[in-house]
Amino acid sequence: MSQTIKLKKGFDINLAGKAENKTIEITQPDTFALKPTDFSGLSRPKLVVKEGDNVKAGSPIFFERNVEDILYTSPVSGEIVEIKRGEKRKVLEVKILADKQVEFEKFKSFSASDISGISKEEALDQLKKSGGWVNIIQRPYGCVANPEDTPKAIFISAFDSSPLAPDYAYVLQGQEQYFQAGIDILKKFTSGTIHLNVDGKAEVSQLFSNAKNVQLNKVSGPHPAGNVGVQIHHIDPISKGDIVWTVNPANVAMIGKLFIEGIHDTSRLVALTGSQMKERGYVKMYSGACLNKLDVEGSDNRFISGNVLTGEGVGSEGYLGHYHNQITVIPEGKYEEFLGWILPSTKKLSFHKAFGMLTFLNGKDKEFEVDTNAHGEERNFVVSGAFEEVMPMDILPTYLFKAILAEDYDDMEALGIYEVIEEDVALCEFIDISKNPIQEILREGIELIKEG
Amino acid sequence: MKFLQNKFDQIKPLFEKGGKFEKFHTIYEGHRTIFFAPDIITDKKGAQIKDATDLKRLMFTVIIAMIPCLIFGMWNVGHQHFIATGVEASILDKFWIGILKVVPIIAVSYGVGLLTEFTFCVIYNRPIEEGFLVTGMLIPLIMPATIPLWQVALATVFAVVIGKEVFGGTGMNILNVALTARVFLYFAYPSQISGDVWTYFGDKTPVDGFSGATILAYGAEAAANGTDMMQLASSHWYSGMFDFWNMFVGIIPGSIGETSALMCLIGAFILIATGVGSWKIMLSVVLGTLAMGGLFNLTGGNSFMEMPAHYHLVIGGLAFGAVFMATDPVSASHTELGKWIYGFLIGVITVLIRVVNPAYPEGIMLAILFMNVFAPLIDFYVVEANKKRRLKRATV
Repeated sequence: MSQTIKLKKGFDINLAGKAENKTIEITQPDTFALKPTDFSGLSRPKLVVKEGDNVKAGSPIFFERNVEDILYTSPVSGEIVEIKRGEKRKVLEVKILADKQVEFEKFKSFSASDISGISKEEALDQLKKSGGWVNIIQRPYGCVANPEDTPKAIFISAFDSSPLAPDYAYVLQGQEQYFQAGIDILKKFTSGTIHLNVDGKAEVSQLFSNAKNVQLNKVSGPHPAGNVGVQIHHIDPISKGDIVWTVNPANVAMIGKLFIEGIHDTSRLVALTGSQMKERGYVKMYSGACLNKLDVEGSDNRFISGNVLTGEGVGSEGYLGHYHNQITVIPEGKYEEFLGWILPSTKKLSFHKAFGMLTFLNGKDKEFEVDTNAHGEERNFVVSGAFEEVMPMDILPTYLFKAILAEDYDDMEALGIYEVIEEDVALCEFIDISKNPIQEILREGIELIKEG
Repeated sequence: MKFLQNKFDQIKPLFEKGGKFEKFHTIYEGHRTIFFAPDIITDKKGAQIKDATDLKRLMFTVIIAMIPCLIFGMWNVGHQHFIATGVEASILDKFWIGILKVVPIIAVSYGVGLLTEFTFCVIYNRPIEEGFLVTGMLIPLIMPATIPLWQVALATVFAVVIGKEVFGGTGMNILNVALTARVFLYFAYPSQISGDVWTYFGDKTPVDGFSGATILAYGAEAAANGTDMMQLASSHWYSGMFDFWNMFVGIIPGSIGETSALMCLIGAFILIATGVGSWKIMLSVVLGTLAMGGLFNLTGGNSFMEMPAHYHLVIGGLAFGAVFMATDPVSASHTELGKWIYGFLIGVITVLIRVVNPAYPEGIMLAILFMNVFAPLIDFYVVEANKKRRLKRATV
C-alpha cells in the first residue's frame, strides 16, 4: 500500500547558488582520499595498504578492526602517496595519486535478467569485498549496516529537501538499469518492503515511478521532508529492537552497477552549488575527489562537502565525502557587525521574526546569500517550542537533547533517540537562538546508547 | 565604526590570558558584543550556517514590547499624583513627576542587577548572558512608584542570586526572576508594597476624602465584611475611577507598569507578532480567569464573587502578568500542551487567591510563581505521554 504523507512542520532554506540542470566538464583532480571519518561507526580502521602501494578502484584500503570482511575500498586506481594520521596515530586520510585512466578491480558481472538469480550469500560476498556494502546505512545509529541483521524494511528517499540539494532524477538519468538492479540486490536482504519515497510536490520522474519491487510513497512538505529519517517515522517507525536500512539513491545505482558491470564505480553526478561557485551545475566525480580544481569567486570561502546544514567544511584542498552528492561553496563570515544583533534587516536569513528580523517580508522566492557567521554566541537553552516547529516527528527535541547532556540512557531511549540521526536535527541547530552544537550533542548521545 | 573597533582591540590584551585584567575578560566580551555582533564562525562539522537571530535580539524584543507600559506608567504616576493632591497639571508635568520617580528605580534595578550578574560571571568565568536585560526592566514595572530605592536594590540582588545564579544562570532558573524580586519585598517589607502605597504624594498632602484603595482592596473588604464592592467602587472619592473602561485603559493607582490592560495588549501584540511570547499561554490565562471568574459569578456568595468575570482581566496586575511574566520561556511550561494547562491554571489560581483569600489581594504574582514550580510537573506528564506513545507502538 503506497502511502501519501503531508508534512507541515519544517523550514525551507532558499539559498542563492542552485545547480543548473547541466553537466559541466572539469579537470579531474590528481589526488583522491578515502577518509575513515566519512563513515560513522568506523572507529578503529586497520590499514591493508602502505605508502607506495598501487591500488585499483575497488582494492581494499582498510577495514574496521574485528570486522575484517567489510572492506573500505579505493575509489580510483593509483598510488598511495600519503597516510595522514591525527592524534593517537588515528588514520584521517589515505591519499591516492590517481592514474590518468582509472582501472577497476574486476568483480563478477551479471546481466540484468540474472540479478534475480543471485543468492543472498553471493550478493553479500560481492558487496563486502568490493566496498559496495558501506553504501548501506542502518537505523538506529546511522552507521554502516551489519550484514548479520535482517532489516524490517529498507528506505530510499528519492529526493533531497536540504538547501541547494541535487535533483536525483537528474543525477540518475540514464542509470535506470543500475538503479533497478540495486533495488533487486537490496531486496534479497529483507523480507519486508523497500520504500521508495518521492517528493509529493513535484512531478515524479519515470525513473522512480517505473521502479519495480518497491513501494512508492509520496512525501510532501518543507525540509526535512526529504530526510529518510522523517519518512521512516511516518511510514514505518523504528521502535526499540527494530532495524531498518537506508540507502541514498545514487548509492543504490552504485550497488546496481557493481553487479551489472562488475566494478566498484563511485563516480556520479555531483551538484556544484553555493553563491561562490563560478559555474553551477553537475559534474562527474569519484568519491574522495580533491576540491582544488573547482572555480570559485573570492578567496575566503568555506568549501563544504555536502549541504550547508549537515555537510563538512573540508577546505579548498579537501575531499568529497563518500556519501555526499553535493559541494557547496559559500563565503566565510569572520567579521564583526556594528549593532548586528539589533539592526533591522530584510537580507538576513532567519526562521524567527524577533524585532527587526524582517526575513518574512521577502516572500517565498527570495534567494538568500549566506556566510558562515554564527550570528551570536553560545547560550543555555532559553526558548521553548521553536525546535518543535522544524521537527515533523512526534519527538520532543529539547527533552531529548537534555537527556543526552545528562547522559540519561533510559530517557534517551524513551524520547526516541533510535529514530533520529544528525541530519534530522540539523534544522534545530540552524534555528537555535542559543547556538548550541546540536548535531554534535546528538551524535554523542547515539554513541553513548550504541555502546550502551 | 573602525574607531570603536580599534579602541576595543587596543585594550584587548589587558583582558587576554596573562593580561592584567584576565579575570574580567567576560565583561570585556560582554561589552564588545553589545557594540559589535561577534565574529564567531560555525564549526567545520555540523550546521555551516546559522540563523541570524540570537538571544540578544530576542530579549530586546521583549523590552520593546514593554515600552508602551513604561511610558504610560510614567504618565500615570504623575497623573495619579496630581489628582490625589488636587492640582491641575499639564501632560508634561505629569510625565516629569513620572520620570523623577521611575527613572531612578530603573537605574537602580539595572545597575545593581548587572553588577550582581557581572560578579557571578567573573567568579564562574562564564559569558554575560542577556536574561537580565528583560528582568531589569520588569522589576521597576511591577513596583509601586513610592518604593524606597534601597528596597529595589535589595530585592534585585536577592532575585538575581537566589532566583537565578544559584541555579546556574539564565535558562536554568525555576522561578521568574522579576517576580522573585517582588515576592521578596512582599514578604520582607509588606508595608512598602501593599496597602496605601500606590500613589506618590511627595511633599504634598492628599485632597479631602482621598482614599488610596484599589479595587482589589474593595474586593478584599467585600469578601471579609460582606460589603458591596461595586457600590464602594462607584462611590470612590474620584468618580469614574473604577469604571470598566477606565480600568482597561489603566488610569488607576497601581504598580508603575501594570495598570493598563490596553498597553499590555499592545505589548502582547508585539510579542505574538514577533513570535517571542507564547500566545497559547496568554490566551489560556485569559480563559482560566474567565472560567474561574464565571464560576464564582454562578455560585455567588459575596459581591467580589459576583463581580463580572471580565473585570478580573483589567484589575490588578493580571494583564501584565499574563503577557510578560507567565510567558517567560524559562520558567513557564516548555511543552506545547503544557503551556495550555499552565496558563489556564494561572488564571484559575489568580481568581481563587483574589476572591477566596483576601489577605493576599494580588493573586497573579503568587499564581505565576506557584505555577512556575508546577510547570516541570506538567511537562513531566506531557513528556511521559510522548514516551508512552512510543512504547505502545513498539508492542503493536
